Amino acid sequence: MRGNLRALLYLSPWLAGFAIFFVYPLLSTVYFSFQRYDLFTLEPVGLLNWEYFLKDQAAWTAIRNTLWLVVVMVPLRVLFGLGVAQLVTRLKAGVGVYRTIFYLPALVPLVAGTLGFVFLLNPGTGPVQAILSAVGLPAPDWFGDPAWSKWGLTLLGLWSVGDLMVIFMAALLDVPKQLYEAAAIDGANGWRQFTSITLPVIRPVLMFALVTGVIQTLQYFTQAEVAARVASGATDSAGSVFTPGYPDQSTLTFPQWLFQQGFRDYAMGYACVLALVLFAVAMAFTLILLRQFRFTEEES
Amino acid sequence: MTRTALLWVARHALAIALALMFLGPLVFIALTALMSDRQALTSDLWPHTWNWGNFAEIFAKAPLLTWIRNTLLYSLLATAFMLVSSIPVAYALARFRFRGRRLAFLLVITTMMLPPQVVAVPIYLIWARFHLTGTLWPLILPMLLGDAFSIFLLRQFLVTIPRDYSDAAKVDGCGEFRTLVRVILPMARPAIAAVALFQFFYCWNDYYGPLLYAGTDLDNWTLSLGLAAFRSVHRVQWNLTMAATLLAMAPVIVVFFFAQKVFIEGVKLTGVK
Repeated sequence: MRGNLRALLYLSPWLAGFAIFFVYPLLSTVYFSFQRYDLFTLEPVGLLNWEYFLKDQAAWTAIRNTLWLVVVMVPLRVLFGLGVAQLVTRLKAGVGVYRTIFYLPALVPLVAGTLGFVFLLNPGTGPVQAILSAVGLPAPDWFGDPAWSKWGLTLLGLWSVGDLMVIFMAALLDVPKQLYEAAAIDGANGWRQFTSITLPVIRPVLMFALVTGVIQTLQYFTQAEVAARVASGATDSAGSVFTPGYPDQSTLTFPQWLFQQGFRDYAMGYACVLALVLFAVAMAFTLILLRQFRFTEEES
Repeated sequence: MTRTALLWVARHALAIALALMFLGPLVFIALTALMSDRQALTSDLWPHTWNWGNFAEIFAKAPLLTWIRNTLLYSLLATAFMLVSSIPVAYALARFRFRGRRLAFLLVITTMMLPPQVVAVPIYLIWARFHLTGTLWPLILPMLLGDAFSIFLLRQFLVTIPRDYSDAAKVDGCGEFRTLVRVILPMARPAIAAVALFQFFYCWNDYYGPLLYAGTDLDNWTLSLGLAAFRSVHRVQWNLTMAATLLAMAPVIVVFFFAQKVFIEGVKLTGVK
């Protein structure tokens, strides 16, 4: 019993934080989703916000865009991160230098990295267009063309793949060497070794990376917002003129639409409906993660 | 023999090509930052003239010093508050046996994973009630009540410290709190350094938080916020925007070179299965 009290004492900051910044706001979000609230007047509207959600074209565009990023960008990042990690662990010399270089972009502030990429990929100012046309490839107007803007964001995501690379490198180095030696004796070549030894052993790490990648992408906000703002050249000092999604709503993500509704248009009741939709989806993936989570406890 | 040599060459060629692609955008930003405003609008790669004055000019065009001060205040206070509140929680989760321990840990992971936008509206209303919207305090003060990601990371490290150490300290008559401060904390220094750095840079890079709370008064903005609006609000050219971009990146890159190991070990901790 004393043990429980002591634990309570040590946990108290987090317990208070959990109550104030999670449980209360979550219940409150449910309450507000049935209200119309614009910071001044509060009016119960029943299911109106929910009905509006079903008809809200922009919300569904935002869902489609977010889903695109989840389906395309997340697996590409995992594959690329795994490829780079595999390459670096196989190098006999300069591992530290390469690891540093490949990890560095992951640390670059999101706003700074996004600004750099918009400028870099801009056909008028960056070299990417010249390089692509030199080798005979189409040179799109990345952040100015709705068909290509999400690919521009994907390139930015691949550039900052360093955190995944570090995690995969650790996992790859943990694969027992004897397994490879035994396989080599049995005559298994590189690709066979990769599919029948490496992949099965690091599968939990890959799953973890995929699921956390999906959850992070459900929150995708800053890069899309900054890219759209810079590419459109929108003037925005009072948070009034800018509409996210440029070009043509192609980079509008779900959290951006939530932010737009709640904090630019002050449709706070409706924003809570969007928040609950986001909660349901994120929670589903979090549950997958929790089930998969192995307890690294020295249990006594 | 020749086959291994070929493989060696192929791997290193690929690695060098990748290194150029990873470094390319950074070099490109740095070169553009030094161009004249005219040249920055061309697809030139190499500056005709080296305009070092660009770095002085950005300070004249925008309240950069104020933004840097605000960003530092936000990052430092949030990090200090996070450490004070999160270390005891992580310690309890790693070491104490109590009812609901597993549940508590699962809830920490859940709050770490869930998007901040889910509960944004009511939390915003709480701060509005205290008249703290329009400041950075709504981003700093909650750190006094623990940060889920840091708790998770610290806990993952603390469980790897063998119990024998704390048991020995207890035999010597140390209480639980003194054991934590005298024995565990020194051993956990790498993990503490990692979460502190992660927190600091999370705040330094944060855009969503300041966008929500800093309001429209430029004097309350952070570097990220100012940078995103730099071109439009101040009607400046690309070369100056890139100079400011470089300025925002510089501290991160410098610290990374000095504390590389801390970062890499910290990232590894986030990847545990």
